Amino acid sequence: MTKVKIYVTLRESVLDPQGSAVQGSLVKMGYNEVQDIRIGKYLEVVIGDTERDLDSLVKEMCEKLLANTVIEDYRYEVEEAN
Amino acid sequence: MKFAVLVFPGSNCDIDMYHAIKDELGEEVEYVWHDATDLSEFEGVLVPGGFSYGDYLRCGAMANQSNVMAEVKKFAEAGKPVLGVCNGFQILTEAGLLPGALLKNKNLKFMCRTVGLKVENNDTLFTNQYEAGQIINIPIAHGEGNYFCDENTLAQLKANNQIVFTYSGENPNGSLEDIAGIINERGNVLGMMPHPERAVDALLGSGDGLKVFKSIVKMWRESHVS
Repeated sequence: MTKVKIYVTLRESVLDPQGSAVQGSLVKMGYNEVQDIRIGKYLEVVIGDTERDLDSLVKEMCEKLLANTVIEDYRYEVEEAN
Repeated sequence: MKFAVLVFPGSNCDIDMYHAIKDELGEEVEYVWHDATDLSEFEGVLVPGGFSYGDYLRCGAMANQSNVMAEVKKFAEAGKPVLGVCNGFQILTEAGLLPGALLKNKNLKFMCRTVGLKVENNDTLFTNQYEAGQIINIPIAHGEGNYFCDENTLAQLKANNQIVFTYSGENPNGSLEDIAGIINERGNVLGMMPHPERAVDALLGSGDGLKVFKSIVKMWRESHVS
């Protein structure tokens, strides 16, 4: 078994109104250091035995369903599970 | 003319769409479940609003993976009319049948009210019954109707007159260039956030949406005169 941690975030060119709202709240709370917030999604995908190359498998799943590359970028980390 | 109204788990404007076609337009219509694999008996496909698959992951993302959407892609490739409203618009962008994507409304709120729409292009399969530049009143009901595309796509949309409806007056969701509805390059797939099927009778507040459906039928009749 392999655990893949996938992060899906809005592309830099896309405004993130949720992130802006949260940033506004933090600044209002006095955290004036906060300059920008981008909110994304985090997915943990557990993959069983496969003959396929893991990278190509994960990329395919990201591009076909998990991310919309018109508006989102994705990256992932592979973790061997016990 | 026979229409299919697609039904996904979580669709909730399918009955309004059915009513608009059957009772107001007076044409044939059937509900088609998301796992259907044949649309050959239909002449038009309507993808209704709602929250297919609970809007999980992204609006329209999982609906796009259903059996019926593979058929809708073939249907569109054959040049037949496909109209997506609200969640239907989101599904059509996820399917790649229309460019761009729908983001969360800029003010982060679900907006539900009647808005003014300007008919930017009345030379389409879906808008030929309107006047150019006509302002019509159609309700919106969405949390993610903020249309976005990259600069090149926007330039193409403009060059090909693919922007069909824009918000007149206040833009309710922050969409690029006030875009409310776009058509594909070929002109047979329209996606729009406002709900024409909820504006088909003055009793319901506005009858302005009915001409979207009348336009489709008129074009179909003209191309099928025996």
